[in-house]
Amino acid sequence: MADQNPSPEQLTQVDYRPSGRGWLDPHVEFRKGTYCYSALPKNLIALGLPNPREWQPFDQDWKLPPDWKEIILAGMKERLDRYRSFRLFMDICVRCGACADKCHFYLGSGDPKNMPVLRAELIRSVYRRYFTTAGRLFGSAVGARDLTEDVLKEWFYYFYQCTECRRCSVFCPYGIDTAEITMIGRELLTLVGCNINWVLEPVANCFRTGNHLGIQPHGFKDSIEFAVDELEEITGVRVDASINRKGAEVLFVMPSADYFGTPHYYTLLGYLALFHEIGLDYSLTAYASDGGNFGLFTSHEMVKRLNAKVYAEARRLGVKWILGGECGHMWRVLHQYMDTMNGPADFLEVPVSPVTRTRFDHAASTRMVHICEFTADLIRHGRLNLDQSRNDHWNVTFHDSCNPSRAMGLMEEPRYIIRNTCRAFHDMPENTIREQTFCCGSGSGLGTDENLEMRLRGGFPRANAVRYVRDKHGVNVLACICAIDKATLPPLLEYWAPGVDCAGVHEFVGNALVMKGERERTTDLRGEPLAAPKEKLAHA
Amino acid sequence: MNALSSLVAVLILAGIAWAGGALAPLRPAFALAVPAIAVAIFLVGVATRVVGWARTPVPFRIPTTCGQQRSLPWIKAAWIESPWTRAGVVARMALEVLLFRSLFRNTRGAITTEPVAHGHDAHGDGEDGRPGAARLVYGEQKWLWLAALAFHWSFLFVLLRHLRFFLEPTPAWVGVLAAIDGFFQVGAPVVYATDLALLAALGYLFVRRVSDPQVRYISLFQDYFALYLLIGLVVSGVLMRYFVRPDIVAIKQLTLGLVTFAPVVPSQVSPLFFVHLFLLSALVAYFPFSKLMHMAGVFLSPTRNLANSNRMRRHVNPWNYPVKVHTYEEWEDEFRDKMKAAGLPVERA
Repeated sequence: MADQNPSPEQLTQVDYRPSGRGWLDPHVEFRKGTYCYSALPKNLIALGLPNPREWQPFDQDWKLPPDWKEIILAGMKERLDRYRSFRLFMDICVRCGACADKCHFYLGSGDPKNMPVLRAELIRSVYRRYFTTAGRLFGSAVGARDLTEDVLKEWFYYFYQCTECRRCSVFCPYGIDTAEITMIGRELLTLVGCNINWVLEPVANCFRTGNHLGIQPHGFKDSIEFAVDELEEITGVRVDASINRKGAEVLFVMPSADYFGTPHYYTLLGYLALFHEIGLDYSLTAYASDGGNFGLFTSHEMVKRLNAKVYAEARRLGVKWILGGECGHMWRVLHQYMDTMNGPADFLEVPVSPVTRTRFDHAASTRMVHICEFTADLIRHGRLNLDQSRNDHWNVTFHDSCNPSRAMGLMEEPRYIIRNTCRAFHDMPENTIREQTFCCGSGSGLGTDENLEMRLRGGFPRANAVRYVRDKHGVNVLACICAIDKATLPPLLEYWAPGVDCAGVHEFVGNALVMKGERERTTDLRGEPLAAPKEKLAHA
Repeated sequence: MNALSSLVAVLILAGIAWAGGALAPLRPAFALAVPAIAVAIFLVGVATRVVGWARTPVPFRIPTTCGQQRSLPWIKAAWIESPWTRAGVVARMALEVLLFRSLFRNTRGAITTEPVAHGHDAHGDGEDGRPGAARLVYGEQKWLWLAALAFHWSFLFVLLRHLRFFLEPTPAWVGVLAAIDGFFQVGAPVVYATDLALLAALGYLFVRRVSDPQVRYISLFQDYFALYLLIGLVVSGVLMRYFVRPDIVAIKQLTLGLVTFAPVVPSQVSPLFFVHLFLLSALVAYFPFSKLMHMAGVFLSPTRNLANSNRMRRHVNPWNYPVKVHTYEEWEDEFRDKMKAAGLPVERA
């Protein structure tokens, strides 16, 4: 793959002038590097989804069911009646274009159909044709289009070229949220069996084993035990990490990448060290072994199907409340969907930190707390002994992940933790962080290798800001609280901003945390030597 | 193409109106029936649309958070940009509706390879041989916000000023509005600031739509159509106020007759007035079927009018239905032997 990649010089030759052809023409060229492969039939079968078959996007014949058009239109009707967001967003866009250059895919590709307004028009044009009088009467003269196979292919291409990051909705004067439209668009495609494998295989795995990677309970246990051993090697402290233990006070749920991916893994070491040090009475779970939820990238129904296990497991184990690890889209689900879909959580208690006795009233109903909220509270109460110098080899910037920032508002907690565990911290420019943060370009299940060119293009706005703080402040690590970020930012940074690593926030916590009975640390959680005292940075 | 065809459409409408005003037998229809029908369409149409939206459920609480959430007491939360109280939501909506808060954020961004003008080329100096000089640059872009704000507020002002045609006697506050509007006392008759602002704002919105390649590309027939209707409306009004003074007394007879359901068709009114009235009627009748419905829709937008109180208070989905899940029992059944071998606790031995 690598040798075929375009060079950065090629990728940044972006022409923002749209071509002469009007956008009503649905023709799409499935060019290698810019789309994802289709879902394997076994995954659709495992989930009971319609129209499992062998096919690929570049095929002429997509082997759609004979009545595919009726299915899509009935599906649209149903969703127009169920989602005020969808109906309203179909009706009120004025095409002012303020969203256009807010999309990382548009900025990086110049493809006009990546302007959020046009992404929505792809479906809105069909809405006009079949659901409005003007569209029925005047057709293409008023921007209405017949639903054809070409239109469906175009939907597939562009709804899997949107990471549901919601940046455009921050700038839209009516709050039109393209994520909402893409989610509905993907639901409609799912009705006729047009899914991508990078989403659906994790979903199928998650449904069966509890996690996206398909790790079975004994494998889960192995991974955790391995982490416990490794942490002991680094710190000299043996921590206890029980799994599926009934009667624990807290259930801890994390994205599966934390115990299987790098650099996620160092974040896991950080959690384990922290929980041990504060004596948290918690249990991990091999059943709800993934808080991540690729259902979010498939359909609302699939979100609910995958998310159900979290409350079910909390109930079975009889815990008091739930704590959640670092993950972006997982927290979109936990914050905005879980309670509505699978609640009420009346069998749990309002979360109270056993260490500081802080009552997390902001989670009074859902009864699930983000690890950054939990840790920030510990630090604020002076309950952690932190040696910042152990992170002196890091010069940190923080990447707000799309969902925690724009669907949750979790912005200060991670920064507070970083400032208390590291001495060198520099934010990126204002219009690229917090609610205006740029997506990694690989979110919503698009982080696959065959889609690399599009990922690099979509990731450029983020990488550009990283490069800026790298050159200006000497930043050498990008901290984030999202499992997809941790998986996809390293190659992105290597391409656009070499010399900058990627790390979870709790990796810094694990590095800085002075544990009772620990041996003197010579390495960080990555096993890399700590900065010698004389080289320590002078930032205070 | 869209820009031209919609112009032709509006010109045809204006021509029809001129004919209607010039030809005596048609005049009653254009003076009374058309406006009455238009208003009826507007009222029924807007109500139908709004009720249609309002009856559609909001299954999930999906605010777009544009600031720090309310979590720990010592972290300063953004009570307006990420509101968790009703007051916060009202404030957020007020900023959105009255001041176009979100549009105010607007910036312009593009990849460029142009050299940096002043010294500190912090990025893109190609230090490591790549990635060359390309970088993303942003610029302030407040004109759209300014024009939109100028247009909407001026339109409201002008609308209120027109109440003097519909109320007898004219309420004092309408006179006060007019006095404020004409504060600068330019020319005779006094030039209203809002008239100038309307012309300038509509001019900007039109020029932007045809000259910005991206915006031109996304523009549909109906985008130009609404603009031309508004421009026609404003231009005909301005012409009457400042250049071809029509018989105001006769017009007020007509307008008062309309609102008091005692129709009068004056004989001596310039056809230009009929153009003004007809374009307004067209705009009003077109309104419920068009993107202009954003006026009502913005209030219902779920990403803006919902509180970020998701974990504090449960949101209920009226159509939440049971789904097929993979239960713990099914899961343990599949993996029980492996779990026992690994020493993991099981429910059923």
